[in-house]
Amino acid sequence: MKNAVNREIPEELLKDGKEVYQGKYYMDGKYIKRDSPKTRRYVKPQSSKLCSSIRKACERCGAHDGMTVSFHSEFREGDYVASMVAKVLVEEMGLKDITIAATSLGNAQDLIADYIEQGKVIGIQTSGVRGRIGEVISAGKLATPAIIRSHGGRPRAVEAGEVHIDIAFLAASTSDCWGNAKGVGGKNNCGSMGFAIHDSHYADHTVIITDTLVDFPNRPSSISAENVDCVCVVDSIGDATKIATKEARVTENPRELMMAEHAAEVIAATPYFTDGFSFQTGAGGPSLAVNRFIEKRMVEKGIKMSFALGGVTSAVCQLLDKGLVGAILDTQDFDMGAIKHLAEHPKHHEISMSEYANPANKGAYVNQLDFVVLSALEIDVDFNVNVITGSDGILRGAPGGHPDTAAGSKCCIIVTPLTRGRMATVCDEVVTVTTPGDCVDILVTDYGIAVNPLRNDLAQCLDAAGIEHVTIEWLRDKAYSLVGTPDALEWEDQVVAVVEARDGTLLDVVRKIRPLQLDG
Amino acid sequence: MIKRPKPQKFRLRRTMMFMNAQKPGLIKDAYIYGADSIILDLEDAVAENQKDAARFSLYQALQNVDYGDTEVIVRINGLDTPHWQEDIRCVVAGGADGIRIAKCESAQDVLTVEEHVLAAEREFGVEEGRTLLMAALESPKGILNAYEIVTASDRMFGCAISGGDFRKSMHVQIEEGGIEMLSARGQMLLAARAAGVQCFDTMFPYLDDTEGFQAEVIQNRKMGFDGKSVINPKQIRFVHETFAPTPKEIAYAEKLVRSFNEQAESGVGVYTVDGKMVDIPFFEDARRVIALAKACGVYKGDL
Repeated sequence: MKNAVNREIPEELLKDGKEVYQGKYYMDGKYIKRDSPKTRRYVKPQSSKLCSSIRKACERCGAHDGMTVSFHSEFREGDYVASMVAKVLVEEMGLKDITIAATSLGNAQDLIADYIEQGKVIGIQTSGVRGRIGEVISAGKLATPAIIRSHGGRPRAVEAGEVHIDIAFLAASTSDCWGNAKGVGGKNNCGSMGFAIHDSHYADHTVIITDTLVDFPNRPSSISAENVDCVCVVDSIGDATKIATKEARVTENPRELMMAEHAAEVIAATPYFTDGFSFQTGAGGPSLAVNRFIEKRMVEKGIKMSFALGGVTSAVCQLLDKGLVGAILDTQDFDMGAIKHLAEHPKHHEISMSEYANPANKGAYVNQLDFVVLSALEIDVDFNVNVITGSDGILRGAPGGHPDTAAGSKCCIIVTPLTRGRMATVCDEVVTVTTPGDCVDILVTDYGIAVNPLRNDLAQCLDAAGIEHVTIEWLRDKAYSLVGTPDALEWEDQVVAVVEARDGTLLDVVRKIRPLQLDG
Repeated sequence: MIKRPKPQKFRLRRTMMFMNAQKPGLIKDAYIYGADSIILDLEDAVAENQKDAARFSLYQALQNVDYGDTEVIVRINGLDTPHWQEDIRCVVAGGADGIRIAKCESAQDVLTVEEHVLAAEREFGVEEGRTLLMAALESPKGILNAYEIVTASDRMFGCAISGGDFRKSMHVQIEEGGIEMLSARGQMLLAARAAGVQCFDTMFPYLDDTEGFQAEVIQNRKMGFDGKSVINPKQIRFVHETFAPTPKEIAYAEKLVRSFNEQAESGVGVYTVDGKMVDIPFFEDARRVIALAKACGVYKGDL
């Protein structure tokens, strides 16, 4: 069955109430019965929740074949904990048929790719898939299709009971013996633990894994001891150099700087750029640079930002310190400066993934956003964006909060170079739709700006400001004229991953890639 | 194959951006940054043993990249090197808009280049006279001979001072306020204006010194330059903004042109506008300001 972004969704996936994507507000106003965890009662006083090993904690939490475990990805490429725990479950305890529900998976979890190949891990539910895990899933080696959800879609699915977490293994920079845990004050700090908080509320069991045990009470904490069963202390939870950079630096690349400057011009040309506007950027090259250019325009216009949302870098923190930003609502920290700032500044708040982006709660913060600046691997002439599959069809990306902020914001700007190497970024049809085109408003490339025809109001704003723009078809033609028109990818029938829209409907599927056969 | 339109001798040249002709990644789409002209360099940016490779890359770019309205100039190697003749053949065969003659010191240098350009145009079937010339003045002798240089050929659209070599030959460094090149800049400007050609200032080498760069650009405009060499896209915007007429200048020019049209009909030659006496040369300058404002895309009026 075709959905609203013209993708064919196989009928066999449309069961248990699953529907195809039908537009960004399709679920608005509908009711949902929230799932609840089955939690163990600790009536009898105990002196501590410390366990001598991860295995002991697993046993205490009833680890079993066929269970679902969760990890958070605030430690990014520096994370040791997911692999460490998976190894205990599979190699020490000999468990099988495990489903992993992580906020993201990448190179740091390459070990899990082995367990997928061995058939020990049979399900993956995640926002991002990079590294070997993406390759083995794309090769069709995972027993069930992986489920790709956005940052908002994940807590929605948890609340809906579509994924029920048996044990959440949550890495924390510090914890006390009772399980009050947070992302600062330890040997390896990640700052916000916004990705982990919701899991601790909905998992049947929660295990905190830390390398820095501190005195009770470790307050204020991100994870509350009331939701924690066990605390494990290990030598090291991660590699600090890969968790966060010293400072996410603004790019020197003239192409990225130019696109960032154009994005800032676009922002300043819209009616939303007034005192009290709100803003989210990522840590990618051009989007981080946008910060610098909008700072200049805020000062010129004498306006301030009410809040900055999402992933945080030093650049945003510096804006707050200069009095240009009222508050930071922080889901994750990309550099040391942001981590330190979160710990020290009262207007820099940690928020959970659900508060941030969940489309099934009573109003996520993304719905308050004026602007978001995002990147794309591909964007097609219907403004659908792909950030999950490479041009070879292999899973190697992460929607993260992309679909959520695009849908929630008043003005979603995609910044991307027109081509990357030999690949056209603006194309006829993206390989995989991860953010539907009805959520995307403006595209800024190095060769020109295009406005979604759905947003004629914004096109008029650009005209009034004297900002030239072209059709997205013009950009596509330009891209193809530069690098050629690619042949379509060839797929097998097997669905290896399902891309859920943030509201839980089905946006797209990723199939097994057919290996390239050379003629002759 | 890209066929470029016939080059215009006089056009907007606020920025001329240098880039190494040997770097395909740079030159493949250098026009996207919005410089009025780009200068693909075969001279100092290219190592001595890479001149052939650079010419090859340059020729392919000229033949295959659509630079649109952006002017494409090539800086060739000096006449004291073994490279310049082959450089000229490559530039003309590729169809570039013009040649920047490095280290130009005399009218004879211009004539020598022109002779080879003409020969190349004939050799490759390019319209005779199509390829424009500009002179880079890099020595005291070049500055002293500026007038004879810029009047030596009809192809000559302007001259530029090249600060690096010039300062070395004068035993000076870059100074705040630009006093070290004040007389050279002034003399070159006089020569260019006397000959009716354009005049461009040297590039500013310190990419992170925004204040120093902006001060120099503002001084360039006050002195009467038409444009400036730039070496990084991030320098373009400020030059364009600075060289564009200000809203105040445009408003005054509009007032002059309108009043002139009215007065001319009633037969008045000299009169006052805003308490200041004006006559014919004022109107010519006012028309120049309006034309420049249009070219810079900052004119919103209806004249």
